[in-house]
Amino acid sequence: MTRGGVTGEPALGPPPLRLLVPAVVAGVFVALPLLGLVLRSPWERMPTLLADAAVREALWLSVLTATVATAVCVVLGLPLAWTLARTEHRGRSVVRGLVAIPLVMPPVVAGVALLAAFGRTGLAGAYLLDAGVTVPFTTVAVVLAHTFVALPFFVLSAEGALRSASSEYDAVAATLGADRWTTFRRVTLPMVLPGLAAGMLLAWARSLGEFGATVTFAGNYPGTTQTMPLLIYSVLQDDPPAAYALSLLLVGASVLVLVLLRDRWLGQVRAR
Amino acid sequence: MTTHRTSAGHDTGGGLHARVRVERPGHVLDVTLDAGPGEVLAVVGPNGSGKTTLLRCLAGLQRLHGGRLTWGDRVWEDPGSRVRVTAAERQVGLVPQDLRLFPHLTALDNVAFGPRCRGERPAAARRRAREWLEVLGVGELSGRRPDQLSGGQAQRVAIARALAAEPSLLLLDEPLAALDPGVAMTLRLELARHLAAYDGVTLLVTHDAVDALTLAHRVVVLDEGRVVQDGAPAEVARRPATEHVARLVGLNVLRGRSRGTLVTLPGEAVLATATEHDGPVVVTFPPTAVTVALEPSAGSARNQWPGRIVSVAPHGLAVRVHLDAAGGVLADVTAESAGRLGLTPGREVWAAVKATETTVRAESFGTMPTHRPPLP
Amino acid sequence: MRGRCPAVVVILLAALAGCGGSGSNEGGDRQLRVLAASSLTEPLDALADEFEADHPGVSVTAIYGSSATLASQVIEGAPADVLATADLDTMTTVEEAGAVLGPTSFAGNRLVLVTPADNPAGLSSFADLSSSEVTFVACVETAPCGKVARALLDRNGVPTQPRSLEIDVKAVLTKVTTGEADAGLVYASDAQAAGNEVQTFAVPGSAQEQNTYAIAVVEASSHGDLAAEWVDLVLSERGQSELAEAGFGPAPDTAP
Repeated sequence: MTRGGVTGEPALGPPPLRLLVPAVVAGVFVALPLLGLVLRSPWERMPTLLADAAVREALWLSVLTATVATAVCVVLGLPLAWTLARTEHRGRSVVRGLVAIPLVMPPVVAGVALLAAFGRTGLAGAYLLDAGVTVPFTTVAVVLAHTFVALPFFVLSAEGALRSASSEYDAVAATLGADRWTTFRRVTLPMVLPGLAAGMLLAWARSLGEFGATVTFAGNYPGTTQTMPLLIYSVLQDDPPAAYALSLLLVGASVLVLVLLRDRWLGQVRAR
Repeated sequence: MTTHRTSAGHDTGGGLHARVRVERPGHVLDVTLDAGPGEVLAVVGPNGSGKTTLLRCLAGLQRLHGGRLTWGDRVWEDPGSRVRVTAAERQVGLVPQDLRLFPHLTALDNVAFGPRCRGERPAAARRRAREWLEVLGVGELSGRRPDQLSGGQAQRVAIARALAAEPSLLLLDEPLAALDPGVAMTLRLELARHLAAYDGVTLLVTHDAVDALTLAHRVVVLDEGRVVQDGAPAEVARRPATEHVARLVGLNVLRGRSRGTLVTLPGEAVLATATEHDGPVVVTFPPTAVTVALEPSAGSARNQWPGRIVSVAPHGLAVRVHLDAAGGVLADVTAESAGRLGLTPGREVWAAVKATETTVRAESFGTMPTHRPPLP
Repeated sequence: MRGRCPAVVVILLAALAGCGGSGSNEGGDRQLRVLAASSLTEPLDALADEFEADHPGVSVTAIYGSSATLASQVIEGAPADVLATADLDTMTTVEEAGAVLGPTSFAGNRLVLVTPADNPAGLSSFADLSSSEVTFVACVETAPCGKVARALLDRNGVPTQPRSLEIDVKAVLTKVTTGEADAGLVYASDAQAAGNEVQTFAVPGSAQEQNTYAIAVVEASSHGDLAAEWVDLVLSERGQSELAEAGFGPAPDTAP
């Protein structure tokens, strides 16, 4: 690692225009719609909206379900990522392809697929129903929908992190007497922690904005399944300005959480 | 602190008996190796000869396709009877070429890792780790993380980590290759001391003749997956079985065609040797056997060749001169004569070598010499 | 290689621009763009065929969506000639924005209760919704169908709540046809379109709480005459019978 000065003129000369121009265009392209939202929002209504029980319920539900879904992604996705990164078997590329499918699936279709699996007449849902468990229209369904669409984000970034942490460290740990679980716990995991944090943030952000799969699979009811995107869509039908304000609220809340997480979590990782 | 013998927990009895066969597309590693307790083996050979694969097989990081691996009367691996002891259960210490110190742990915790895995309590493991860091002379660095260590310090920590796990078999892959020459020299001396104190078997992969000659009791020469020579360092240095080792130990290697004791080299140069042979041969002689002069010496025109100096560089206490004579010859001269003669690159000079200093063997390397010259 | 990338980008952009502008004025073929509430899909598609047959050289492009979405598109200046909404309020918003000319109500739609074909909860009438065992769904109350559903539930004193407030009426129907919900409140026209995938039950008081469909020529229309003719067709006896066949009723008396 070189610790070079990055102040002032870049040592290699100014960046070329054919990189700089598209970069500026990209930045403006992202910033402009956000600016439009900010300008169109009825700011004076923000306090009333924030005080609204339905809004607070939806905001809380969004943060809660996104967080639980991210936790499920870690608990199930990390072992999956490890298996993909550290074992040799023929089914591996098939599994990797399967995991990535939700990335390209329209979320509404993901919701239909979840119904086909966990709905009352679904593959697993029929058995669950016999056991007295109904998944759709519950908060559990929201978490399932979020997990389904967010899992690929976490698994793919975790696998990348695991691959970049060379398996040669595992080899050394083995010669020092560590079994594979100990190696995972004491060597691999601490080394990939910053990479996992990135994957968790991606999964969390994807969950927070999730609409299509949730509305199709979990339904929309205040307090149990109505997350912020669903509330925003509902409000958009008869009070668009309020919907803009709620969107800003969602963006604001996620930025706040990300900043807090970055300072606390990433700060700790660096200080280790 | 010269003796720090590993005491408890490991089995030094019996030693290593290895028949290792690994098949890879394009090449096969097929090596038989035995080593007793306290013995240090240097494994040398060109890239791709299978040195690192051999190490990984012994460590249990690479499966054997054939052969049998035992430590004392314990079978480590026997593909025939499907027996395999995992790396974690073998008590092998590995110092890979790039060290692989755990970046998230301090030097102390890196070294304590092995004792912890072998079941010691955290406090005891750390105590032992501290002892080993002291032994390797880096006790004061115990709180640092690997990215805060210099190359030499990291190497010492890596060796301490391997030894702290009390291995029966210690595997060192190019332990000094990445270090500055000065640091390498210091650490080589210390390593010699530690290895002398260590009662397990040590296998040392190296590209450096000095390592092999100063650290090892035996040198094993690998070529294309086979052992082509296995002997005492001095013996291997005198009679290297491969061109690679000959160059490794710094010998001049010339090829030509022999009739009687006269060898015709490329470019019409003629070399008189002390060995009779007919046919293609390889002649080796040390750079110290070559003298350099500005004029051809009177008398025999044999074994004298004109040439241009390609480079001049210090080599230990001497000066090593690289000439383009007879297809490329190295000569070691004293610094005093180098200065007196004004040996600088581009200069036309004469090189001479005594017939008795040369070793002749039939082409190709790997077969034993037809005649053996008298040893000096 | 140099210069090939920009060329590719230019070609792609040209193709995209072509997509946006295609067909509007080519070869004298005139295109009538009708933006209509999703529930109108079947009757308006049938009327479009008829309209095209009567007007050679005219093609009708119908775009279906939620009334609120279509209304905001018209206000934002999306290319359109006719707007048909599933309620009066939405149309009023557009009219107040000055984006449409003189809306007319043209149909009514009442809510019915539907169950899956096999009626797993064994419902026999709307009153059975009061059982807490029944999982039923309705539209979200910000959507027209949801407002009506709320009013009917209150009017009939149903003590139970929907399990989910779906974002539109199609979503309600889907929840019922896939069997996730035991029952749902949908428009009579949707129940009609679902055919024998559902069983249909009348809702007491639905005639008093039906919602009114409104249609208007878009102010910015470039084919004002054609648009007016299309509105006339929808209001004609022919148009009304097509709507009736699809489950719609006549416009309620409360029409403006």
